[in-house]
Amino acid sequence: MKLRKLAVGLALTGAIGWATGGGPVFAQNEQFIPRLVYRTGPYAPDGIPFANGYADYLDMINARDGGVNGIKITYEECETGYNNDRGVECYERLKNHPPTGASLVDPLSTGITYALIGRATADKIPVVSMGYGRADASYGPVFRYVFTFPVTYWAGADAIIEYIGSQVGGMDKLKGKKIALVYLNAAYGKEPIPTLKALAARYGYIFTGYAVNSPGIDQQATWLQIHQANPDYVLMWGWGVMNSTAIKDAASVGYPMDHFIGIWWSGDNPDVEPAGMAAKGYKAAEFHGVGANYPVIQDILKYVYDKGHGHGTKSSVGGPLYDRGVINAIYDMAALRTAQKKFGDKPLTGEQVRWGLENLDLTDAQIKALGGEGLVTPIHLSCEDHEGNGNVRISQWDGKTWHMITGWIVPDRTFLREMYKESAMQYAKENNITPVNCAEVHASR
Amino acid sequence: MLYREVGQFRTSYAADQAIFPIRQDRIGMLALLLVAYIAVPLVANEYWLSTIFVPFFVFSLAALGLNILTGYAGQLSLGTGGFMAVGAFTAYKLATAFPGLNIVLVFVAAGIVTALVGLLFGIPSLRIKGFYLAVATLAAQFFLIWLFVKVAWFQNYSASGVITAPPRAVFGHFFVTGPEARPAYKYWFTLTFAAVLALAAKNMVRGATGRKWMAIRDMDIAAEIIGIRPLSTKLLAFAVSSFYIGIAGALWAFIYTASVEALAFDIDRSFQILFMIIIGGLGSILGSFLGAAFIILLPIFLNNLPNQLGLHVGVALVTNLQDIIYGALIVFFLIAEPNGLAALWRIGKEKLRLWPFPH
Amino acid sequence: MHILYAILIGPFVTMAREPAFLIEVLIGGLLAGVMYSLVALGFVLIYKASGVFNYAQGTMVLFAALTFVGMLEAGLPVLLSLIAVIAVMIVLAFAVERVVLRPLVNQSEIILFMSTLGISYFLVGLGQILWGGDVHPLDIGIPSGPLTVHGILINQLDLYAAIVAGTLVVALALFFQKTRVGRALRAVADDHQAAMSVGIPLKQIWVVTWAIAGLVALAAGIMWGASLGVQFSLALVALKALPVLILGGFTSIPGAIVGGLIVGAAEKLGEVFWGPVIGSGVEDWFAYILALIFLLFRPQGLFGERIIERV
Repeated sequence: MKLRKLAVGLALTGAIGWATGGGPVFAQNEQFIPRLVYRTGPYAPDGIPFANGYADYLDMINARDGGVNGIKITYEECETGYNNDRGVECYERLKNHPPTGASLVDPLSTGITYALIGRATADKIPVVSMGYGRADASYGPVFRYVFTFPVTYWAGADAIIEYIGSQVGGMDKLKGKKIALVYLNAAYGKEPIPTLKALAARYGYIFTGYAVNSPGIDQQATWLQIHQANPDYVLMWGWGVMNSTAIKDAASVGYPMDHFIGIWWSGDNPDVEPAGMAAKGYKAAEFHGVGANYPVIQDILKYVYDKGHGHGTKSSVGGPLYDRGVINAIYDMAALRTAQKKFGDKPLTGEQVRWGLENLDLTDAQIKALGGEGLVTPIHLSCEDHEGNGNVRISQWDGKTWHMITGWIVPDRTFLREMYKESAMQYAKENNITPVNCAEVHASR
Repeated sequence: MLYREVGQFRTSYAADQAIFPIRQDRIGMLALLLVAYIAVPLVANEYWLSTIFVPFFVFSLAALGLNILTGYAGQLSLGTGGFMAVGAFTAYKLATAFPGLNIVLVFVAAGIVTALVGLLFGIPSLRIKGFYLAVATLAAQFFLIWLFVKVAWFQNYSASGVITAPPRAVFGHFFVTGPEARPAYKYWFTLTFAAVLALAAKNMVRGATGRKWMAIRDMDIAAEIIGIRPLSTKLLAFAVSSFYIGIAGALWAFIYTASVEALAFDIDRSFQILFMIIIGGLGSILGSFLGAAFIILLPIFLNNLPNQLGLHVGVALVTNLQDIIYGALIVFFLIAEPNGLAALWRIGKEKLRLWPFPH
Repeated sequence: MHILYAILIGPFVTMAREPAFLIEVLIGGLLAGVMYSLVALGFVLIYKASGVFNYAQGTMVLFAALTFVGMLEAGLPVLLSLIAVIAVMIVLAFAVERVVLRPLVNQSEIILFMSTLGISYFLVGLGQILWGGDVHPLDIGIPSGPLTVHGILINQLDLYAAIVAGTLVVALALFFQKTRVGRALRAVADDHQAAMSVGIPLKQIWVVTWAIAGLVALAAGIMWGASLGVQFSLALVALKALPVLILGGFTSIPGAIVGGLIVGAAEKLGEVFWGPVIGSGVEDWFAYILALIFLLFRPQGLFGERIIERV
């Protein structure tokens, strides 16, 4: 009996010691970034280029500049498999990493973002949900540690409607037009619906939503309905295999590709390549430029890939998701620089990085200096606004590569901010959160 | 040598019917509870408490629920995920509609509502048997998830359909949900639920109810002939099982991830819990816990292993190797003991009784 | 009253008003159903011969398709790649029989079911290590534009898939009826012990069935892969086979085909005509509810034999 207890006790203490102690020794002049990635599983085709872009940019910064103002950036990847519980596990595993804990966390999944908002707020670690997650988290007074820059799904939906307006010859011409949304029947896919409905009320277009159940490998019924209803434009909020299936099925019912517009998570090579030439003409809204012809991407090729340290293949550099990973890293590093100006060039805590994020003002001139002109949209964050007025561009697939076909489209933020605030206040009420007074925050600076 | 019942005489019926008739088992169980309640929170760090133990208890509870239905009453169910979702969403609706309601009551009420839903989907079990019964539970699985995604009322009309657990405390100010909740409180809270409900289950399955369930499992017509009502027995199994699963779902949503969308309870979840009770041992309370540990914790350990050993390998390779090793381990354990980990434990105990003498 | 009308009568009114659309949806559903049957066939083959509900069938579809595309991308010609993949699937069948099935012989069905979860994990890890996690486009030369026959739209890919599936079923039927191995397979499916007692080598039969199921998985993987791109999500097509199996039965090849057709048609009709009334996305559970109602009247399933219970 005692033997059994002893064995259990030994195993338990051994296991605990194993999980808490050990590990290599870390230098003190390092800033740690936890990387929640998915390189395996059903969403790996989208997760791999994004993770590569982010990691390659950090490697480039370390190789070219020796880190950010002399602080070396370290990172550790943790595989979430796009799975919420594994995402939480990864966050908890990495959040206390030496020397100063996680500077910030990019969950790269709307579901994981939701799961981390409460935890990260309690841990004082900022959550950067770049172009995903909760749109209403843009309202800073309630969501102190959550950032949604440069655009939310709501702003994306608004920008796409504006683009359609410009295509039909003015927003007043939208009246009576039929606009359909094909969306993943999940939190992510449902995000744009209130915005699209509100805009339908304003512009007078007829909105219809078509839910596609996860994973979305079979959408025949949806596309037969669309074929029958024949809407003027079809929007898509899809993810993973749903995207390629939708494009293929749209082609098989003969829906015109140039009237089919996806959100940024529906606009990468894995989405269009399986459909082959049938996808030609398909459009996607992006909050950034695509391609490799930007100085910052060229630097990555020069300092990382030419030395043989790249995370992916050289040919994958410059795809939309790869670039988005790079841009995520550019924003995160810009926030670090902003925070270093106030707190000094040393490893910063999550709370300090949060200050840097909230005071981030990435101007056109700075973006040019970073080598990302046309690639990165300028953002200006504040206590009230964690979205930062980013803009949207529309890209089009020509059968081989993506082309930008518009300049920056500016979403109508005055209308959106009211919606953010209303929704955020509802969250605050349910969760006993007192919104901070931003006037006081600004005064104390 | 130490695990021996020589000299322990049972002189009354009560002693003979005790839950742990052997003294060493009683001491062992007490020690285990002491370790769980006192030693673990003292030693373990936040990571262990909130991301290892909490989900382990939650899944043990869900596995326990399914084991009552499948392992004891013999009714195969693939709707576990859907029933967990019922628990989670009911708890959310109750907690937000009645902010003053004690969180324990919220969870119990969520369990009761889930039990009613389980009852409803259990009705076809009177006519449909065996693997075909999976249709009824699969219908429940897919229909319930669709319902919670589709009907905005369940999510208080939030745009995305994600529910976030509001902060709630027990005994006045010990927050167990919400961002202020401390990992130790969460740990004790889920542990208590798991311990109390496991005790209740143990008592149920060794009493008249459990015997009826097992009779129905082994052969329902024969059971009917000896006077067991299949209607009430089967439906009771569905209700009790769903009650456990509903509470597990509420705990999952409120205590573990703190925010959840209906898709977290998809068909994969149902399979996951079914696999827990198979590898742990069908018709075994202990097996539910062992199975949950195997299915939930083993992959996390395997995933952490290379890092702890100081090896730097890409996450993709680690995850793929983890899958390969994990798959091989499943087959290995099944070959070693097809009746589950609980059977391995029982054999170990038999051996221990004789140790160090072989006969 | 309005709700009842909308659910019970409204959809039929819509159907009657647009008969061409109804036919279009029906054909689309039937063709989609054939795609489901293609996956369900693999399950049925293995269940018939070895009593295993093969959770790894979806992963086998993925693994076969990934290996095929991997060979093609390595520069092998199509025919050679096909032969290579078939060889790989046969090796896999041998391995499964030797490592998993033989030690677990005579165990209950649920244990065997669980062991296939192990196989599934193993193949997922191995497949991704070998071929990576990216999407591999697979072009088998089927044009993707719309095909209109008498004003009715048909999905070309599904049409070709239906032809492939049909050929496969006929070939399998011939194999089962006319060859020596096929007869042995049927004998094993009927009664393991009786088959062994007349000298049919059970182990070899298992290898043969798993190899054939591997080939069916390859066919399903190529057809689905041509539509989705060859990627991890191919493993999820197994989900689509579940209602088919339950409706058509686990042991009947015609059942898998008919079940697939019924499920496909019911799902699409449900989604198109009832979806707008009760909310889109109903196709996931529509087939199950139908199957449930059906089973309440006929508990032995579509093709099952009448259940006679003895004590």
